[in-house]
Amino acid sequence: MIAFVIRRLLQSLIVMLVVGFVAFSMFNFLGDPINNMVGQDATEEDRENLRVALGLDKPFYVQFLVYLSNAVQGNFGTSYRLGMPVVDALADRLPATLELVFCAAGLALLVGVPLGVYTGLHRDRWLSKVFLTLSLVGISLPTFLIGILLILFFAVQLGWLPSFGRGDVVDLGFWSTGFLTASGLKALILPSVTLALFQLTLVMRLVRAEMLEVLRTDYIKFARARGLSNRAVHFGHALGNTLVPVITITGLQIGSLIAFAIVTETVFQWPGMGLLFLQAVQFVDIPIMSSYLILIAFFFVAINLVVDLLYYFVDPRLRADRAVAGGH
Amino acid sequence: MKTRIAFVAATALAMALAVPVAAKTFKYSTTGDVIGMDPHINNEGPTNAMKDNLYEGLVSRHWDLTVRPALATEWTQVNPTTTRFKLRAGVTFHDGTPFTADDVVFSFDRIRGDQSDMKTYVTGVREVRKIDDLTVELVTEAPDPVLIQNLSLFHIMSKAWAQKHNTLLPLRGANAESFANRNANGTGPFKMVERVPDTRTVLVPNEKWWGKPEHNLTRVEFKPIANAATRVAALLTGEIDMMFPVPLQDVPRLERTAGVKVLQGPELRTIFLGMDQFRDELLDMPGTGKNPFKDVRVRRAFYQAIDINAIQRVVMRGASTPTGLMIAPGINGFSKELNQRYPFDPEASKKLLAEAGYPQGFPVTLDCPNDRYVNDEAICQAIVPMLTRVGINIKLNAQTKGLHFDKIGLKDGRRTSFYMLGWTPGTYDAHNMLFNIITLSSGPGSGAWNSGRYTNPKVEELTRSIAREIDPEKRTAMIHEAMKLHKEDFGHIPLHQQALAWGVRDSVAGIPQAANDAVMLKYVRMK
Repeated sequence: MIAFVIRRLLQSLIVMLVVGFVAFSMFNFLGDPINNMVGQDATEEDRENLRVALGLDKPFYVQFLVYLSNAVQGNFGTSYRLGMPVVDALADRLPATLELVFCAAGLALLVGVPLGVYTGLHRDRWLSKVFLTLSLVGISLPTFLIGILLILFFAVQLGWLPSFGRGDVVDLGFWSTGFLTASGLKALILPSVTLALFQLTLVMRLVRAEMLEVLRTDYIKFARARGLSNRAVHFGHALGNTLVPVITITGLQIGSLIAFAIVTETVFQWPGMGLLFLQAVQFVDIPIMSSYLILIAFFFVAINLVVDLLYYFVDPRLRADRAVAGGH
Repeated sequence: MKTRIAFVAATALAMALAVPVAAKTFKYSTTGDVIGMDPHINNEGPTNAMKDNLYEGLVSRHWDLTVRPALATEWTQVNPTTTRFKLRAGVTFHDGTPFTADDVVFSFDRIRGDQSDMKTYVTGVREVRKIDDLTVELVTEAPDPVLIQNLSLFHIMSKAWAQKHNTLLPLRGANAESFANRNANGTGPFKMVERVPDTRTVLVPNEKWWGKPEHNLTRVEFKPIANAATRVAALLTGEIDMMFPVPLQDVPRLERTAGVKVLQGPELRTIFLGMDQFRDELLDMPGTGKNPFKDVRVRRAFYQAIDINAIQRVVMRGASTPTGLMIAPGINGFSKELNQRYPFDPEASKKLLAEAGYPQGFPVTLDCPNDRYVNDEAICQAIVPMLTRVGINIKLNAQTKGLHFDKIGLKDGRRTSFYMLGWTPGTYDAHNMLFNIITLSSGPGSGAWNSGRYTNPKVEELTRSIAREIDPEKRTAMIHEAMKLHKEDFGHIPLHQQALAWGVRDSVAGIPQAANDAVMLKYVRMK
C-alpha cells in the first residue's frame, strides 16, 4: 500500500517534468515577452539587456534547466507581468479556484446523482424526459455562452447577482475565503452553476445508465425475490453498486474542473488561477505559465491517486482480493 | 431640562457638522490590470495613466494634453542646454516626507537604471543639479525643444521612502522584485490604499495635495475585467461607473440604453502600412533580384488601391478617422493641409503598376497583428481583396502581437516586405514619429521601428535639425517640410486614427476624455 503510494508520487514527478519540458518547448510559439514588457520607445540595446537579464537569449532547453534548478530550491521565478514571485501569485489565486471548483463539484453531485437515480428508476415519466432533454443543453452549449447568458439574465435583467468578481473575501492569513460574506456567497452562484452544468449532466447520465444496468442484474432480482421493499432495493443495493464509476469519473473530472475553470474564470473575472494563466498566455509570462501547467499536472496525478485509494474503500472486493493474495 | 435640550441641540449640531461629505465612489474598469506601480519600470499607456494619479513630475498634463506646472512652479532657460526649475514649496509625499530637490536628483538617477523602461523620457538629459532645496537645473546634451513635454512622465519618488524600503533601483526579471512595484508613495492627488493584482486597486484623495481638487471623489476603485462582454454587463448593472474600451459592436446598443452613454473621440495613435524599400530582392520574390517597392510608383499604386472610407464604414463601424499624415491632430507638428489623403483610385493604381513594369502584379505577404489594435486583422483582411483587384498576388500573415513585432522588428532583422504598425508619439511631438518610423540615421537609435527602411537624406537632415531647433515657428516649418517629403515619397501608407470609446453611466457628472486614453481621476466628478 505505502509502496504503491510512493510509486505513484514518483511517477507524478516524471509527469511534471515532461509537462514542464513540453511547455517550455511551446513557449517559443507565443512570441517574445520583451515586446510586452517594454514600451515602443525602448532601444534595441535595452531590449537585449532585459532579454539577457531574463535569460531569454538562451535556447529553450537551457531555460528549462535553469527553471528546474531554481524550482528544486523552491524558487519558481518572478512573474513578468505582475512583478511578484510566482509562488505568491499562485498562492493568492489558489483559494478562489478551489472554492469555485468545490462548489461546482458539490453542485454537480448533489443535483446530478438524484436526477440520475430518478431518471433511471422512472424511465418513462415525462419529467425524466424533460431532465434528459435539458441535460443535452448542458452538454452541448459552450461554457462561455452559458456564463454570458446567466450574466445577462440574473445580473443585467433581474439585477439579483453580481456580474463579475468574487465579492468581499475574508482573509484567514493562508486562505482568502468568499464563504463568510453575503456578497462572497452571492458572487459564487453564477460561476459555480456555469462550471457545474457540464459535470452535472455528465454525472446524471452516468448514474442513470449505471442504474439501468444494475437493475437488470441477478442480485437485484434476488433481492426482489427476497421481498425487500423498493426503497431498500433501489438505495441499499442498486445505488451503492453504481457508485464506483461515479467516483472515478467525478474524481477525474475535478481535474478538468480546475482546468476548465479557465473559461469560467475569464467570463466572470474570477480572480483564480485560470484567469491568471490566460492573462499569462496573452502576456507571454513564462514563469507563471510553466508553474501553472506543472501544478495542474500535479493535481491530475494526485487526484488520480486519491481516486485509486477511494476504490479500495468503496469496493470491498479489492480489499478481499488483497487479503487472499497476502495469504498465499 | 434646559441644559439637556441645549445639550441635545449641541449634539445634533455637532453631528450635522461631522457628517462627512456624501461618499462619492468612482468605479472603473478596463481590459487588464496596470503592470506594476513602480514609476520607473514599465512604460505602458494604461499603467502610466494610473501612475499619473499617484505620482507627479515637475510638470503634468492637463486633460487637453497641454503641459502645466506641477512640482515645478516655473522654469527658465539659463543657457541653450540648461533649464532651471523652481520647485513648489510645502509639498509632501503621501507618507508625509517633504518634497525637495534631493528627491528630483534621486529620481533622475533611479529612472536611468538598467531595468528602467521610463528612461526614454529623460534621454538627452545629462545631469540634474541641485542648486538649493527648492531649485534644480537640468542640463541636456544639446538644445532640447521637447524637454518640457517629456518631463510629465518623469515621476518623482521620495528618496527617504526608497531608502527605507530598499527600492533604490527599478528591478524586474528573474529574481528581482521591486517594493515600489507593489506600493506607491508619490505627491499626486490620489494615494493608494489597497492593491490586489488583477482584482482591484483602491485609491483615496490625498487631502494634503498642493492643488485645488477639481474632482469631488472620496474613493476610487479600479477593477479590471478581461472579458469585453462581462465588462459591458458590469456597466449595464451599475457595478462600475465607467469602462473602456467599448467593443465597437456594442456602441449602438449602449447608446440606446438609458443611463449609459458612450464617449467617442480620436486617439493619438496612427495606424499605417509600411513597405520594404531596402532589400534588393523582395522576400516574397526569391530569385528574381527585384524589389518593386523601391519604385515610388508601386508604393503609390498600393496607397491608391486602398479604399480607406470602406474600411472606416465597414470594418471600423465609423469609429476611425482616415488620415493622410503619420501623426494625429493633437500631436505637435500636425498640419491640416498635409492631412489630405491621395484619392482612392484603383484604375490609377493599375496604370502605375503597369508603368513600373508590373502589369501582372507581384507576390507579397502582408504581416499583421491580430490582438494589438482595434480590428487589426479585419483591416488587413479588407485590404487583401482591394490589392488583389489591382493585380497584386497578396497573402495575409496575421499573428499575435508578440510574434508580429519580433518578425517586423530588429530582433528578426525586419523580416517583412509589407506590414501593419501603429504608433503614438510618446512625447506628443512629431519628432518622435520622424525619429522612430521615418528616418534611419537621424540620431543614435533612430529608425528602430522603420521596418521598411524608408529613407530620404533630406528628411534625415531635417529630423536632426528638428531635434535641436528651439524656435517653435522654424521648428514647425521644418516638421511640415519633412512630413511633406515623406508623403510625396509614399514612404508609408497612413490609414487612420482609431476612435476611443468610453462607456459612462449617468452617475458620473463629468469625465473629460483625454486623447491619450488616460482616465485622469483629478478631473472626474460624480453626481
